[in-house]
Amino acid sequence: MSNQHVVVIFPHPDDESFGASGTISKFRAEGIPVTYLCGTLGEMGRNMGSPVFANRETLSSFRRQELTEAAKRLDIDVELLGYRDKTLEFEPKDEVADYLREKLEALRPSLVITHYPGYAVHPDHDALAAAVVAAIGQMKESVRPEVWMHAISNYHEEDLGEPDYIFDIEPYWEQKLAAIQAHLSQADGMMSLIDNHDQKSEQTARLKTERFYKWTFT
Amino acid sequence: MKAIEQSIVQEKINELANQDVYVHLETTNGAYASHFDEKAYNVGAFIRNAQVTYQHGKIVSTGGSYRVGLKLNLGWVYAEGVTDFEIDDKGRLLMAGHDREGRLMVALEISETPFSHEADVHE
Repeated sequence: MSNQHVVVIFPHPDDESFGASGTISKFRAEGIPVTYLCGTLGEMGRNMGSPVFANRETLSSFRRQELTEAAKRLDIDVELLGYRDKTLEFEPKDEVADYLREKLEALRPSLVITHYPGYAVHPDHDALAAAVVAAIGQMKESVRPEVWMHAISNYHEEDLGEPDYIFDIEPYWEQKLAAIQAHLSQADGMMSLIDNHDQKSEQTARLKTERFYKWTFT
Repeated sequence: MKAIEQSIVQEKINELANQDVYVHLETTNGAYASHFDEKAYNVGAFIRNAQVTYQHGKIVSTGGSYRVGLKLNLGWVYAEGVTDFEIDDKGRLLMAGHDREGRLMVALEISETPFSHEADVHE
């Protein structure tokens, strides 16, 4: 166990809580360190709190604090990558990959969790994940971490089949909710996305299982 | 932010006229629009730190929300659906329109100094 280290790479503060906090909690319960490399500060988000408490210029400061709080609740480290929300797909992919590789070579993870490029809905998700694949693809096989991917697009299973890992995170549901709720400016929006959606029960069930595809480097 | 007070906003627009200012203009229905509704289109645009000088500007009430137009020497800046405003501690005029759930739909901001350029991780 002692040589294990999980690095989670997503672009927005709250992606970690929404998509992987149950799995993160499971790793932490096993004593495995987890580091979140967060791409942006989500400064272009539409959710401004409910009732509204942020504006376009103050949102980044709120989201940075919220991320710090969520990280505390999940007992993980956070490093900010310093990109700007909604612009990652316009950055040169090679440069992002080089930067990520530098970070990963310092952290030496055994496992990296990111989005599934092309199946992650938000352009920032797809772009950062594609750079992760490029970065890790360049690493020597002997030091290359395993890569798990989170797919969220509506029909991803038709292309990708069943995920390789399906975790029932019910035992960590409290941690997951606490982490989601730490993202105050986003929490209402996130919960109402679930509540208002047609497939309410399916969405909630989805939140209670976390599903990942394992990436194979060829 | 608070509900638009037309006369205060108009006064601030006048104050910022005829000088170099920086504009943030944005509209969006979110990156997930067509994820949650297949019939929806994802639309959005933003321009940040466009440097302009406007001759004059006006805020017009539409009953419920406001339109704001700024006349440039060679063009226009325009936003519709603005509901809330704030003049922040940097003297910037921040305006935004929110939907019923409090989500931002449109923003127009005018500042004498550039808006922050990127996420400043060292701040």
